[in-house]
Amino acid sequence: MSLPPFQVLIDSHGAVVHRFLVASVGPVDADDCFQEVWIAALRAYPELRDGSNLRGWLLKIAQRKAIDSHRAAGRRPAPAESLPEIPVPAGEPFDGEPRLWARVRALPEKQRMAVFLRSVADLEYAEVGTALDCSQDAARRNVHEGLKRLREELAR
Amino acid sequence: MNEVDRQLRDAVREARHGGPSQSALDELAARAAREGLADVAYGQADSPFGPLTVAATDRGLVLLAYPELMVEDVLDRLAREVSPRVLELPARIDPIRRELDEYFEGRRRDFDQPVDWRLVHGGFFEAILRATAEVGYGQTVSYREIAERAGNVKAVRAAGNGLGSNPVPIVVPCHRVVATGGGLGGYTGGVERKQRLLDAEAAVLAGSRSS
Repeated sequence: MSLPPFQVLIDSHGAVVHRFLVASVGPVDADDCFQEVWIAALRAYPELRDGSNLRGWLLKIAQRKAIDSHRAAGRRPAPAESLPEIPVPAGEPFDGEPRLWARVRALPEKQRMAVFLRSVADLEYAEVGTALDCSQDAARRNVHEGLKRLREELAR
Repeated sequence: MNEVDRQLRDAVREARHGGPSQSALDELAARAAREGLADVAYGQADSPFGPLTVAATDRGLVLLAYPELMVEDVLDRLAREVSPRVLELPARIDPIRRELDEYFEGRRRDFDQPVDWRLVHGGFFEAILRATAEVGYGQTVSYREIAERAGNVKAVRAAGNGLGSNPVPIVVPCHRVVATGGGLGGYTGGVERKQRLLDAEAAVLAGSRSS
């Protein structure tokens, strides 16, 4: 099958990628991150074998770039694969953004990405799994663990 | 509903309204061009027939489409036959747009921008179109004559097909190739346009002779 013209991808999926980045890295870094995502996608595009889920493919790149940006910004000491013993303090929300995002950004990496992909990017659990290189069940678990943790923090 | 679910619902609703700014999109296109990733750049050019879709590669003008062609179809063809890295980059087609403006205003007789012949399939078709590119402003030649100049005087019908597949009409002036015996012959953009282009060129030549 042939790939659609790249401009069509930008027109169709630019908004969801941008929204995902604004939430996951914050509005200050979102524009730079947006450039990185699309340039990386443009580089890889001609070699792409499977054009059946381009939105999922773009959000997979977006979540990687969001993690890079997050690490580079040094807001968290290290990526956490599992729940750390000591809760990471939530960062301050940026001006004008939902307060909750700062708390989601303080979640462990996989949970953070899973929550943003499921909520802001509106992906199905299977698509969240594809974007995060994990199973659908693991994706669902990460979303639920993340939300459970947010509930606990807010109840405190 | 608990507090987190409520906040999440509200935050997602708020996020729905967001999107990249025009300046972010412009910067992306400019950077793609700088880094050599925009294999095909396209934009629109004005014409007396309405907006033309114009596409260029690093080799030159690759496609010029009349307004009745759906832009989506034009872009699909470019993605399929040239490269899927097709980007809207009006700045990259500025030079050809300027030349088209001058041509339609009667101030230009030849196009200086190079042509990328990639969408011309077959050596004979390319020979036909290259021969057509040499036909001067306001002149006409017959299909037979063009077939002969392309190296095969008997291939008159193939010459017509080659002209009909011209991906860059106006710039490669297939409107200047007409039937023997005074008929206009066909034209991809409609025979009225062929007549109009020829009339406009004749009028410019008559004007410059009388002045």
